[in-house]
Amino acid sequence: MSVRNGLVALLAEQPMHGYQLRQEFERRTGGTWPLNIGQVYTTVHRLVRDGLVEPVPQGGTGSTDDASEDDAPFERFRLTDAGRAAATSWWATPVERGAPARDELAIKLALAVTSPGVDVRGVIQRQRTETLRSLRDFTRLKVTPDHRRAALAGGGQAGDVGPVDTPVADARADLAWSLVLDSLIFGAEAEIRWLDHVEARLARASHEAATLGSAAVPAVPPTDAAPPGRLGVPGAASASGADR
Amino acid sequence: MTTLGPVLLRLAQVTRTHGHGELTVHALRSVDLEVRVGELVAVMGPSGSGKSTLLNIAGGLDSPTSGTVSLADAQLSGLDLKARARLRRRSVGYVFQDFNLIPALTAAENVSLPRELDGVSTRPARVEALAALADVGIAELADRFPDELSGGQQQRVAIARALVGPRRLVLADEPTGALDSVTGEDVMRVLRARVDAGAAGLLVTHEARFAAWADRTVFLRDGVVVDSTGPRPDVEALLTLDPA
Ligand SMILES: Nc1ncnc2c1ncn2[C@@H]1O[C@H](COP(=O)(O)OP(=O)(O)OP(=O)(O)O)[C@@H](O)[C@H]1O
Ligand SMILES: [Mg+2]
Repeated sequence: MSVRNGLVALLAEQPMHGYQLRQEFERRTGGTWPLNIGQVYTTVHRLVRDGLVEPVPQGGTGSTDDASEDDAPFERFRLTDAGRAAATSWWATPVERGAPARDELAIKLALAVTSPGVDVRGVIQRQRTETLRSLRDFTRLKVTPDHRRAALAGGGQAGDVGPVDTPVADARADLAWSLVLDSLIFGAEAEIRWLDHVEARLARASHEAATLGSAAVPAVPPTDAAPPGRLGVPGAASASGADR
Repeated sequence: MTTLGPVLLRLAQVTRTHGHGELTVHALRSVDLEVRVGELVAVMGPSGSGKSTLLNIAGGLDSPTSGTVSLADAQLSGLDLKARARLRRRSVGYVFQDFNLIPALTAAENVSLPRELDGVSTRPARVEALAALADVGIAELADRFPDELSGGQQQRVAIARALVGPRRLVLADEPTGALDSVTGEDVMRVLRARVDAGAAGLLVTHEARFAAWADRTVFLRDGVVVDSTGPRPDVEALLTLDPA
């Protein structure tokens, strides 16, 4: 869905070839979500099928580009009226957050606290380490100066294909990437905070179970002490929703 | 892999117990840790897990019950008290949560004080202090008193003081504790830059966001190192990484 909407938004700026769409998409999101060209064409053809996009007639002037583009081996695509309406309405509509995306980690922990014999602390610790590792890597990318990053990224930035490739557009693309990294950083941070929270709640639950003298309840993992509905779902919702 | 310098700090099988019999507290158990020149290592873990104990032992403020601590090739436990104090003073700097600046001294005087304690005379000590303040980006604040500085500026003075002269190991216990997140990030940037310029650092923090500035993070629980993120990859490696 996000790729589809992203491509429609790019085509709202000007008609583009498939490879140009791919390059622009990656450039603006800092290559965080690489697309393969097959995926781009599949998506574009679905958009054509749905009446949002159409090929630019050969020899037609779909943009400010000159006729030398006729040599290009691939056709270019542009939005239809319906496509332009879709682009406008994408900007005007918030991304839906009501039904949380299926989150493997939330599901895993909900099952871990309710399955007998699972080392929940171990599951939490391994996840925390992994998430901190990506947080560290995102942070490192973010504090690397833009010019160095651009030089290192090489091919991805050095396109003479994109007509929007001016210094101002580059600065904008750098800003865009930095914001994407921020989003990943905030997300990783929220996940670690949630893991800390889960661990603290589990510790308290097993402590309470112990002081109540319930001999049937093992110290860790506290299978009885943590009703699944209370521990799993609300925590997951706050990690993916409110904290971001 | 980032190229790191020689090992500056080495803890081998370090154990620290407080009290006896029923009341024995195992603050640290069989901890192994190495910090190299150019490396910033974060220590995370729940309250009471032994983080401050680890830092104090690393800096020679506290001694292990068993195990060894070596600093720049000298084994701390092999030295008499006076020699240990001298080595510690000359090679280790501390940054605490509450800065610990002396209110009656200017920023420059606060920073030059440890050098004067080292036996350096006033004038060269001031030159070193000004250089250290310039390193952390506040040369122009040298003659202000602590109560004329913001929290973040005070913390920079504390970092300059921790790294003035030949000190190459900085130990920081929650150095961002009292700061807002943007100022905390400034402090991390300064710490990171000093470590990159040839120091080594050990940083205790509760905040994943700040631990993310370190090369790696070790997790303590009940005095035991339970996990570690492992060394950080190069920016080059991160940029050529295929997230799929
Ligand atoms: N002098 C002492 N006598 C007895 N016990 C001590 C002493 N100093 C520390 N401890 C105990 O050693 C353990 C580790 O303490 P430490 O201060 O290293 O924890 P910490 O990880 O820094 O915690 P926090 O995050 O709260 O600062 C704790 O259980 C503490 O109570
Ligand atoms: Mg502490």
